[in-house]
Amino acid sequence: MLIRNLSKAALAIFAILLSGCAGGVLDPKGQIGIDEKHLIVVATLLMLIVVIPVIFMTLYFAWKYRDGRDQEIYAPKWAHSKNIEIVVWLVPIVIVIILGVITWGSTHDLDPYKPLEHEAKPITVEVVSLNWKWLFIYPELGIASVNELAFPANVPVNFKITSDTAMNSFFIPQLGSQIYSMAGMATQLHLIANEPGTFNGISANYSGAGFTGMKFKAIATATAEDFDAWVAKVKQQSRNLDSQSYKALAIESENNPVEYYGTVSKGMFNQIVMQYMHKDAGMDMSHHSGHSSPNNGETE
Amino acid sequence: MSTAISRDLYVEQADEHHDTSGNTLLGFWLYLMTDCILFASVFATYAVLFMNTDGGVSGKDIFELNFVLIETAALLVSSITFGLALIYAKHQKRSAALVWLMVTFVLGCVFISMEVYEFHHLIEAGHGPQRSAFLSSFFALVGLHGLHVTAGLIWMAIMMFEVGKTGLTKRSITRLSCLSLFWHFLDIVWVCVFTVVYLLGVL
Amino acid sequence: MSFLGKLTLESVPYQEPIIMVTLAVVAIIGIMLVGLITKYKKWGVLWNDWITSVDHKRLGIMYIVLAFVMLVRGFSDAIMMRTQQALAVNGAAGYLPPEHYDQIFTAHGVIMIIFMAMPFMIGLMNLVVPLQIGARDVAFPFLNNLSFWLTTGGAILINISLGLGEFAKTGWVAYPPLSELSFSPGVGVDYYIWALQISGIGTTLTGVNFIATVLKMRAPGMKLMQMPIFTWTCTWANILIVASFPILTAVLGMLTLDRYMGFHFFTNDGGGNAMMYINLFWAWGHPEVYILVLPAFGIFSEVISTFTSKRLFGYKSMVWASGAISVLGFIVWLHHFFTMGSSANVNAFFGVMTMVIAVPTGVKLFNWLFTIYRGRLKFTVPVLWTLGFMTTFTIGGMTGVLLALPGADYVLHNSLFLIAHFHNTIIGGAVFGYFAGFAYWFPKAMGFKLNERLGKAAFWCWQIGFYVTFMPLYVLGFLGMTRRINHTDNPDWNIWIYLAAVGAFIIFVGIILQFVQLYVSFRDREQNLDTTGDPWNGHTLEWSTSSPPQFYNFAKDPQVSDIDCFTDMKEKGEAYQRYESYQPIHMPKNTASGILMALGITAAGFAAIWHILWLAIAGMLGAFVVFLFRAYSNDHDYYVQPDEIARIENAHLDKVARGRI
Repeated sequence: MLIRNLSKAALAIFAILLSGCAGGVLDPKGQIGIDEKHLIVVATLLMLIVVIPVIFMTLYFAWKYRDGRDQEIYAPKWAHSKNIEIVVWLVPIVIVIILGVITWGSTHDLDPYKPLEHEAKPITVEVVSLNWKWLFIYPELGIASVNELAFPANVPVNFKITSDTAMNSFFIPQLGSQIYSMAGMATQLHLIANEPGTFNGISANYSGAGFTGMKFKAIATATAEDFDAWVAKVKQQSRNLDSQSYKALAIESENNPVEYYGTVSKGMFNQIVMQYMHKDAGMDMSHHSGHSSPNNGETE
Repeated sequence: MSTAISRDLYVEQADEHHDTSGNTLLGFWLYLMTDCILFASVFATYAVLFMNTDGGVSGKDIFELNFVLIETAALLVSSITFGLALIYAKHQKRSAALVWLMVTFVLGCVFISMEVYEFHHLIEAGHGPQRSAFLSSFFALVGLHGLHVTAGLIWMAIMMFEVGKTGLTKRSITRLSCLSLFWHFLDIVWVCVFTVVYLLGVL
Repeated sequence: MSFLGKLTLESVPYQEPIIMVTLAVVAIIGIMLVGLITKYKKWGVLWNDWITSVDHKRLGIMYIVLAFVMLVRGFSDAIMMRTQQALAVNGAAGYLPPEHYDQIFTAHGVIMIIFMAMPFMIGLMNLVVPLQIGARDVAFPFLNNLSFWLTTGGAILINISLGLGEFAKTGWVAYPPLSELSFSPGVGVDYYIWALQISGIGTTLTGVNFIATVLKMRAPGMKLMQMPIFTWTCTWANILIVASFPILTAVLGMLTLDRYMGFHFFTNDGGGNAMMYINLFWAWGHPEVYILVLPAFGIFSEVISTFTSKRLFGYKSMVWASGAISVLGFIVWLHHFFTMGSSANVNAFFGVMTMVIAVPTGVKLFNWLFTIYRGRLKFTVPVLWTLGFMTTFTIGGMTGVLLALPGADYVLHNSLFLIAHFHNTIIGGAVFGYFAGFAYWFPKAMGFKLNERLGKAAFWCWQIGFYVTFMPLYVLGFLGMTRRINHTDNPDWNIWIYLAAVGAFIIFVGIILQFVQLYVSFRDREQNLDTTGDPWNGHTLEWSTSSPPQFYNFAKDPQVSDIDCFTDMKEKGEAYQRYESYQPIHMPKNTASGILMALGITAAGFAAIWHILWLAIAGMLGAFVVFLFRAYSNDHDYYVQPDEIARIENAHLDKVARGRI
């Protein structure tokens, strides 16, 4: 009963905490984030079943068996009890088994590489981390933007992520999972926004002096039309992203403003990845470079 | 703290008292275990990187198995000759022990010279460690082993000098035993290098 | 290349007022120390009895002094970070530009783990383990001295970086490609590499030394399963050291080759693979945290069973739980980078494995609880630290399991939640343990007890300060704040950032109180003398010696037949026996070889950082020559004569007799 009441109290505290967490990972606006929040809450409650009694017992035992309480039993040689030992091994084992099952299932469900099941046709965004800004290429639309990412709400977004600098981590806290960006390979992430809004996006892996300013806005538009309007706005920019202009963009800059590229040379993302791709023995280069997505995130 | 304490008792007596020779061998063996993990880490790196030739040569292009076989033979035989040296040393046969140590030393030098030649040859041909991750890890792994063998040779030279000068004391036999552990260990590591790097590389 | 390599007068950061003031303060303290030592004519004592000492007890004390000095350095970094973040809200720049701030968080991590926690742990181990197993010293006393000076050499290098050049701006993990030459062309990463490499080798040698010690030097009759629990947990930690530190040596070596000779292990180009570094780094890094925390677990066990006047509950469970933690510690490293894009199967495996570690850890907690059960718990300072640990660490364990859930880690990775978690376990686990051990064994090492009132005040400052600092960081993690950012512009975060800064200052008061405690205890030492050598009615052999113990530890080899060996002796009336005659005791002599070798190696490390070729060669050669000298000198040891021993022992036993009346 005690445990149940404590769980209730903990839930209440959690609720207070959550309400104060606007804009964070406990205030998710996308399905992945919602599932992950749910997972955090369930796992925490499960662990509190052990944690609360342990903390309580620590304080209670310390008080009850304090020196000078001569009415309490004193058993200086008592150091072994098979029953207690069995219980103290079994309780954590049982909880870890339950957590293990949850872990196995949730890890597969929330695998960042797993495409989302959704009736809407997903859009693809290719993400490049640069010193110190984010480049977003829309291969299907032939446009690109810097430090601003837009997509319609309720449409799955397939991210392909690489880096043309040190390692970064692509993360929009309110939408859910993050994934590293690494040079010479493309990692993948699948996210969706369940409601429209503008969310903060960051790099979650330190990458040098300008790291703090490596922020972007992720705009989930309310409708497809809103998104089309954004695309049209980008297309108005006559700048083309090709090897030449990319080289200029890749130069170190801090707190880079939002930039748009109305057109993008075909295969830019590929080129960026391929400059570091291992030109390895036995690999047929001409064949490989023809694919739209080189080395689909083989990270191990 | 050490005032008024008589010092300077005979040193050899100390060994019996503390069984330091047993401690030394155990300690040295433990050190070898750490070395083993050091090699394992570099092996793992090689296993990950050996495909990453960056458009340059792969193992198949540069390894000459016959050459390496002679190198290997020299090192393997040197293990046997070291074993002989240690047996003679334990029987207090100083000159025989020294002769076999000398043979071991020469074989070790043959091995190192051949390795240096191979490295030099590769670098001349433009296949230096800066060329690709494969070559980096190749040079690092084989070179790490080579550095160990070189250290072993320096140690061996010092031991020959010691045995020549002071004879086969308990201390020098303990040290020879440690060196012997070291030498055989390097042999085992080389067998792994030969198999993983050269044999599998050529296949 | 010039005579001094890359080193020029411009390498000194004159333009940084904070650094220059710090250097001035350090210089003043240094001059004062030199002056005091000269005034009281202590140079001879310092050199003969401390610097050249091979006595494990003195080395232990020196390790702990090093730990406290580095605690001050590392904590200054912490305070600076917390104030920077508190000042740099709402888009303000704060007072530390990234150039400086990035060095500070890197230095804070390296110093606290490698040069504060490790020396503290190894210091307590040095002080206590040989005494607990009834040995006269460690297996290789000279090596022990060398290990200490190598650790100190690394610490010195990292401190030189403050005034000469810069430290790494990479975070304490120094992930490539950021730590490669193309992204970090300065000497900072080189300082990192050589400081870690040199101290790491010292630590590896310590591991070898102490495994040999417990295997070979135990008192007659002491079976492995009768070793005191602290010795056991240290042994597991040493096994971990021996098995994991060579991986660090290897991975740092590869990074060195990349940076110095243009190799391509971890570079973006040339086919390098930075993920290999990350894997190898954590294959060392994860066992490392168990190296830190296992001995602390041992300390808590000793403290609880001593101050409840009771046997430790479930000794065997404790030993095997520690072993299980050690083994499992090697197969969980991937949980440090679930977000790298490994397959779900791989992530899930490492997640589950990590959770399994919670089982033996949970068992330990229950065993401590049942040790308190039906005991007589005295609320001394070590007990307060232990109770503080049991409550605090439980929370850290819970958040750890949460982070081990890949699905949760995808949003919490690298956030301040993670920072809060590992401070929760390292401070609430390891550091609280070392402080408990410090208070517990202080009288043994120094011969007088620490002031209890000030100790309790320091504990409460640490405990409250810890919660005020790190609970807000948990919240900030949930709010989406990531680690290592220089400034923020999210008004929702401000209150929590301010709170964390306040907490850091509460801990600061705690640290000051600890130094005041040391001073007051030293001043009033005559009132708090430990005449019996057994101030807490202890269970294990270290309490059977005088405080501080004689340099030979035990006049006669103790005969062991129980885990709580000294309690057993006291009950049988065998403690404090007077013997008619003693055997001569064989002891190692002090030697300057250790510090000289470490000096050469540290000089070579410094030379490598600045590309001063001649000094690198001279340093290594010098170290080698000293080593050869040591190897071929016969003047290593001496015998303590029986009359000398009898005199010392009788004086001690007289004091014990007076003290017990």
